Amino acid sequence: MAQPNRFKWLVLALPLLAFLWLTIFLLRGLFSDPTELSSALVGKPVPQFELPDIYDPSTTYTEAVLHGRPMLLNVWATWCPTCRAEHAYLNKLAQQGVYIVGLNYKDDSRAKAVDWLNTLGDPYRLNLFDERGAVAIDFGVYGAPETFLINANGEVMYRHVGDVNERVWSTILEPQYRALMADFERAGGQP
Amino acid sequence: MKHWLAMLFAVLMASVGSISVSYAVNLETYQFDDPNKEALFRELINELRCPKCQNQSIADSDAPLAKDLRDRTYQMVQQGATKQEVVDYMVARYGDFAYYRPPVRLSTLVLWLGPVLVVLTGALVIIVRVRQQRHEEVELSDHEREQLAALQSSGQDNDHD
Repeated sequence: MAQPNRFKWLVLALPLLAFLWLTIFLLRGLFSDPTELSSALVGKPVPQFELPDIYDPSTTYTEAVLHGRPMLLNVWATWCPTCRAEHAYLNKLAQQGVYIVGLNYKDDSRAKAVDWLNTLGDPYRLNLFDERGAVAIDFGVYGAPETFLINANGEVMYRHVGDVNERVWSTILEPQYRALMADFERAGGQP
Repeated sequence: MKHWLAMLFAVLMASVGSISVSYAVNLETYQFDDPNKEALFRELINELRCPKCQNQSIADSDAPLAKDLRDRTYQMVQQGATKQEVVDYMVARYGDFAYYRPPVRLSTLVLWLGPVLVVLTGALVIIVRVRQQRHEEVELSDHEREQLAALQSSGQDNDHD
C-alpha cells in the first residue's frame, strides 16, 4: 500500500514538467523565424567557382578572391526589393572601410545590374556575376539578399538572411567582423 | 439516416480514389531514356524540400530556386548519380532542411523517439492505473457488510427458483 504514495510526487511532477517544457518550446517557436535557415557552410571553406566580373565579362575570378582577409560576401540582384533597401547601408559600410564582395544572383541582365551600381553607388570591391545561379546553389543561397561573413582563410563564419541594416550590423555582424579583423591584424595582415 | 451515412461514405471513398499526385509544375521538360533514372528523379524531387518554401517539395513548388534544384537533380541523375549522392549534395548546401527524412542525430532524436515515447508513456499510465486498482482492497463498513450479506442471500434464493 505504501508503494503508490512513494511515486505520487513523480506522478504529479512529470505532467507539470512536460507542460512547462512544451510551453517553453512553443513560446520559442512563436518568436522564431522559420524562414531563417542556418547555413550548412558555416565552418567550411567557400566553394570553388569561376565567375566573370560584373563590369567586364572577360575578367574571371575564382574562389581565391574570397581568401586572404575577413570580408562580407553580399548576394544581391536588381529584382530584389530588399536589396535596394539595404544598398544605402552597404554604401555606408563600404565608406567605413568594410570589405564587401558582391555576388550578383540571377539578375535580369548584366546591363541592368551595372546600371543599378552606377546610379545607386557601388559598395563592392569586386562583383561576381552569377548569371544562372549555379554558384549560389553551391553557397546554399535560397534567396536574396544574403550576406556571408568570411574569414581570412576563406571559411564561412556566418550567414545572414535578409537585409543588413543598422541593427543587424551592430548587434550581429560587426562584433564578428571586428573579431576576425583583430585576429587578422594580430597575424600581421597574413591569413 | 443509414442511407445518408452510406451515401456520404460512398462519396468520400470516391473522392479519395480520385485524388492523384498533382504537380504544380510542368515536368514534361525532363526527358529520360532510362525508366530507372526517371523513377529515381521522381522519387528525389518528391523527397527533396524546397529551401525557399516552408513545406513544399521541389516537385511541388514553382519557386525559381525549386526549378534550379530540379534541373540540378536532373543533371546529376542523368550523369548516373545515386540517390544518396544527390541527397548528400543538397544537404551539404542547404542543410538537413533540404531533405524530408531527417537523419538520426542528437538534435533530431526527439523527432524519431517522440511518438514512441508518447505511446510508451500512455501504456505505462494505463498499466500503473490498472495495477493500482487491482491491488486496492475495498474496506466495507459494517452497514455495507450487512447489505452485501442480504443481497447475497436473496441472490441464492433466486437461484433456487
